[in-house]
Amino acid sequence: MSWMFLRDLTGVNKYSTGIGQIWLAVVFIFRLLVYMVAAEHVWKDEQKEFECNVKQPGCENVCFDHFFPISQIRLWALQLIMVSTPSLLVFLHVAYREGREQRHRKKLYVSPGMTDGGLWYTYLISLVVKTGFEIGFLALFYKLYDGFSVPYLMKCDLKPCPNTVDCFISKPTEKTIFILFLVITSCLCIVLNFIELSFLVLKCLIKCCLQKYSQRLKSSAQECHNLRYVECGEIGAPPLLQNRHSDLAISSPQRGETKLLFDTQEG
Amino acid sequence: MDWGTLHTFIGGVNKHSTSIGKVWITVIFIFRVMILVVAAQEVWGDEQEDFVCNTLQPGCKNVCYDHFFPVSHIRLWALQLIFVSTPALLVAMHVAYYRHEAARKFRRGEKRNEFKDLEDIKKQKVRIEGSLWWTYTSSIFFRIIFEASFMYVFYFLYNGYHLPWVLKCGIDPCPNLVDCFISRPTEKTVFTIFMISASVICMLLNVAELCYLLLKVCFRRSKRMQTQRNHPNHALKESKQNEMNELISDSGQNAITGFPS
Repeated sequence: MSWMFLRDLTGVNKYSTGIGQIWLAVVFIFRLLVYMVAAEHVWKDEQKEFECNVKQPGCENVCFDHFFPISQIRLWALQLIMVSTPSLLVFLHVAYREGREQRHRKKLYVSPGMTDGGLWYTYLISLVVKTGFEIGFLALFYKLYDGFSVPYLMKCDLKPCPNTVDCFISKPTEKTIFILFLVITSCLCIVLNFIELSFLVLKCLIKCCLQKYSQRLKSSAQECHNLRYVECGEIGAPPLLQNRHSDLAISSPQRGETKLLFDTQEG
Repeated sequence: MDWGTLHTFIGGVNKHSTSIGKVWITVIFIFRVMILVVAAQEVWGDEQEDFVCNTLQPGCKNVCYDHFFPVSHIRLWALQLIFVSTPALLVAMHVAYYRHEAARKFRRGEKRNEFKDLEDIKKQKVRIEGSLWWTYTSSIFFRIIFEASFMYVFYFLYNGYHLPWVLKCGIDPCPNLVDCFISRPTEKTVFTIFMISASVICMLLNVAELCYLLLKVCFRRSKRMQTQRNHPNHALKESKQNEMNELISDSGQNAITGFPS
């Protein structure tokens, strides 16, 4: 079990939009790869090199535990896992669609991977959950460590430390640089998610509006066609319409016109 | 996720690169990534453990180490390699987009004479021209910028590329000016110089590739202008020949009609 499992499991590359693919590249290269080849090693000996200016046994342990309830690097790893997994929802939905097609042994969808209908909602929910996780973890980071920087010195006076002792953290500057890197890439991913969200919603709205508009055009064209038959009377109308409406057409053309206007306004 | 996966990402772009680009990818992965993983990481592995200061004052060592090494060499190199490899992704994305569009047109029935089937679209090497030329050139430009920036940051952070064996440190809580000793300074200097040289070679390769691409475009443009210049004369000759042929055929017909039946 390693990070590659995450990549294979989510395997959503095929079902993502263009922006989704950029998001995947940012997550896997700028976050996961940087975590694995660089960041992990920075925090490798964090407790061994954490030193307090006191000989009292247990003081260092207690102070370290107080200042780092959960190590920044572990929080980073958790964030990466939580942020990658909503894509599983999309993956599962597509698998469900394919399973359904197999069971019924006929083509139920245009393409199981195309984001339409229910899959559109699933994709939207996965984006919202992803963004929620990103913001949540950033807020947690900020709250736990009072900001995104790591100080070189912390004062600790918890039992069994005899008084307020100075405790020194190892590699604080390097850790601060990597945490800032994490925050920047996180914010970039949040922005990409928002863009993708707006893009999806706008696309759907435009499609709906276009459909309504074309339906309106069709219905008004149909009305116009019917009325034209009515006014033409004997010339072009089918026999049924001819008998019923020819009198109307001859006697009151103006009313026909107003009726047409009324219809278009209504439609 | 490790360097191997990055190699897979970048290796995909290899097909569409120029020959200099292929050499660059080889240099990056053999002389930089491999050296980093196989050798350099071992040399820097115990850097903080074996960093020793001539004092018993707790915290002095931590503070001095942090002051002299704000970011470790190894981490800077890893970041440099990641940043320098990623512009190639722009090219990969552009090629993927081009193939996606070609596949869409093929499905609509538009480019049937150019490709046999969808597999053919995937296998075909995309030529570096048009908008792909701009993407490729910008990726090389960004690569050069990243290489130069990281080399400058290195020089700025460590006051050169040489590691001394002793550093003097007087930062609080150190009680006075203490001597701090770096572990394996000579070996680290050797590897630093090696990595910087490989960086310089990669930068030179990128500059050469940029010049090659620019020259290619200029050469193509001048060739096109030359054929355009020759083409009008050629067209004029052709039209004159056509006129003459018409005259001959007309006179011939008249001659024929002139014969007694």
